[in-house]
Amino acid sequence: MTVAATPTATSVVSLEINGEAVELEVPSSRLLVHLIRDDLDLTGTHIGCDTGNCGACTVHVDGVPVKSCMMLAVQAQGTRITTVEGLAPDGELTPLQQAFSAAHALQCGYCTPGMLMSASALLEQNQSPSEEEIKVALQGNICRCTGYWNIVEAVQEAAKGGAA
Amino acid sequence: MLLREVEYARPSTIEEAVALLTEHDGARALAGGQTLVNVMKARAASPDVLVDLADLDELRTISFSADGGTLEIGAMVTCTALAASSEVEVARPVLAEVASTIADVQVRNRGTIGGNVCVSDPTNHFPPLLSALDASFTVRGAAGERVVPAGEFFVGVYMTAVGEGELLTKVSVPTRKPGTGDAMAGLTLGAHGTYVVSAAATVGPEGARVVIGCVSSTPVRATAMEERLAGGDYSQSAVKAAAEGLGATLEPPSDVHASADYRRALAEVSAVRAVLQAAERAKG
Repeated sequence: MTVAATPTATSVVSLEINGEAVELEVPSSRLLVHLIRDDLDLTGTHIGCDTGNCGACTVHVDGVPVKSCMMLAVQAQGTRITTVEGLAPDGELTPLQQAFSAAHALQCGYCTPGMLMSASALLEQNQSPSEEEIKVALQGNICRCTGYWNIVEAVQEAAKGGAA
Repeated sequence: MLLREVEYARPSTIEEAVALLTEHDGARALAGGQTLVNVMKARAASPDVLVDLADLDELRTISFSADGGTLEIGAMVTCTALAASSEVEVARPVLAEVASTIADVQVRNRGTIGGNVCVSDPTNHFPPLLSALDASFTVRGAAGERVVPAGEFFVGVYMTAVGEGELLTKVSVPTRKPGTGDAMAGLTLGAHGTYVVSAAATVGPEGARVVIGCVSSTPVRATAMEERLAGGDYSQSAVKAAAEGLGATLEPPSDVHASADYRRALAEVSAVRAVLQAAERAKG
């Protein structure tokens, strides 16, 4: 059964993830984050709070950041998804990722995939964000280690270097 | 988190969606899912069938009525789309302003105006604001369409006039007339968090409408305050005087965030701030 107008307990979902087309059958109750982590083994996307507050599970769906724990996998039918693995597909860190490293914008690193996805979405829309705009863009991402200053600084540095 | 088993359908027309909601007991419309998916995790709601409205493009439009007097917002318009809409910017900018302060970027990208009002959570932003703006709500069912005024739309905590087998399709907001200003004020948990108490106000040639949120199961019109403002004096002292005693008329809840008495005090302060800002904006 594909996603259709008749209610079903499982659905075949086809989507594009990090440039690759995938199609798999999932229970309709499955969260997108579980499809990404458990079915596709892309474990860079983290589960922090599982209640939509922490943003560790942030991915891009059709180019905009969303929390993948607050979306069903079936809702992603036909979408184009980018996870943190998709930022640097050839393994070389992007300027934003390098800036996170240089500015010590992570400590334990658990929130970092979500931070990177929110920050990269911002930089795609706005190449020279103000400090305030960076803070608003990262409002949905919680970090318990850094106190945020270094993260904001990393995004500023990446923007100065022309990162997107 | 694993959710309880649920069936899922994604209709391609409003008629199909209404039919699905009518035919299946325990069916529930799924808009952006930014509340519903969470309450399903908590098992606070356990729908048997989710009717995903994602493909109903006609619910994602923002347009004007034929006479231009009403801004018509599809139920599936996201907070992000509201905040970026040129129509909203021209016709009722307070909607964009408030939409851009709900939760965070990720939630605004998925969360919809229809979902925000249909959840009817007393701490949500849009119920008091749309009540102050005198919005009306178009509800589609198997028997046809009806239009519900804001005063009758919000029925209780998590309850609206949208009945079983029905679907909210459109929120209609009168466009801002010259000399009219709108504002929303209150105390939130964190910069863009949910409200502890909110007040929405619109001030114009026809007087003021003031609505308080988070103090009852549904938004509360501050009618006595509105009457005291009928003279059109929006000086700080006059607005403060008009709000006096408003708190005593309310029966707000006490919880971990605020006592009932504190909410009464906040209601007066918030109402004053909202009216003063709305009056300032009404000047042009």
